[in-house]
Amino acid sequence: MKVSELVKKYELKVFAGEQGLENEISGGYVSDLLSDVMGTAAENEVWITLQTHQNVMAIASLKDLAAVILVKGLEPNEDTLERSREEGIPLLGTTMGTFEMAGKLYADLAGS
Amino acid sequence: MALELAFKISGGDFSNAGKASSRIKKVLKQLNIDAKSIKKIVVAIYEAEVNVAAHAWKGEVKATVGEENILVVVSDCGPGIENISLAMKPGFSTASKEVREMGFGAGMGLSNIKKNTDELNIESRKGEGTTLTFRCYY
Repeated sequence: MKVSELVKKYELKVFAGEQGLENEISGGYVSDLLSDVMGTAAENEVWITLQTHQNVMAIASLKDLAAVILVKGLEPNEDTLERSREEGIPLLGTTMGTFEMAGKLYADLAGS
Repeated sequence: MALELAFKISGGDFSNAGKASSRIKKVLKQLNIDAKSIKKIVVAIYEAEVNVAAHAWKGEVKATVGEENILVVVSDCGPGIENISLAMKPGFSTASKEVREMGFGAGMGLSNIKKNTDELNIESRKGEGTTLTFRCYY
């Protein structure tokens, strides 16, 4: 599944990083602890979080993640947007909570 | 021939934490170092940068990229680590509330560094600072 397909299917908001919308998704990771993501997330995964500061995009870039989804309608900080553009990693948003978003993504990936 | 890289970090400056790891990642990629090794090195350096930003007043990252391994020295002027073995314990943290709210300071930094490096040495003096030296073989 591509990030663009995920965006379309769940009407996710694309805040920035459109360059990466064709990234292929290999899985997902859910955590709001940055060191946990740093230590555990794998390449091409989608990271679902409520953290909105720019270190989120730094980690997404260092870990070669496919995209980041901010939950509960949270808006990214300005420097987070900038970092997403620079790194070309999509920063997405949903009004869904983490549980719901993760469940949908899990079901999609498990079935594909 | 070894390649030397150096970066400065200011205490409290989380916006620049990640600069060193990001730059070093690019350099290692250009040198065609295998992806698995790069991933481990990047995790270790990032965590060390965040530690300086979260705890110290100022610090620097020095990396020596050799043919078979990378040597990284992260030294800071800061409060120092009182009990290193306790600090190494996953979950132990002295981070401030503000730092924790950002999702840092969960007590996973040093153990992430340990897990992703082949050699790790920590020297610390209370009230003066900490020097982390680690090496990763490709």
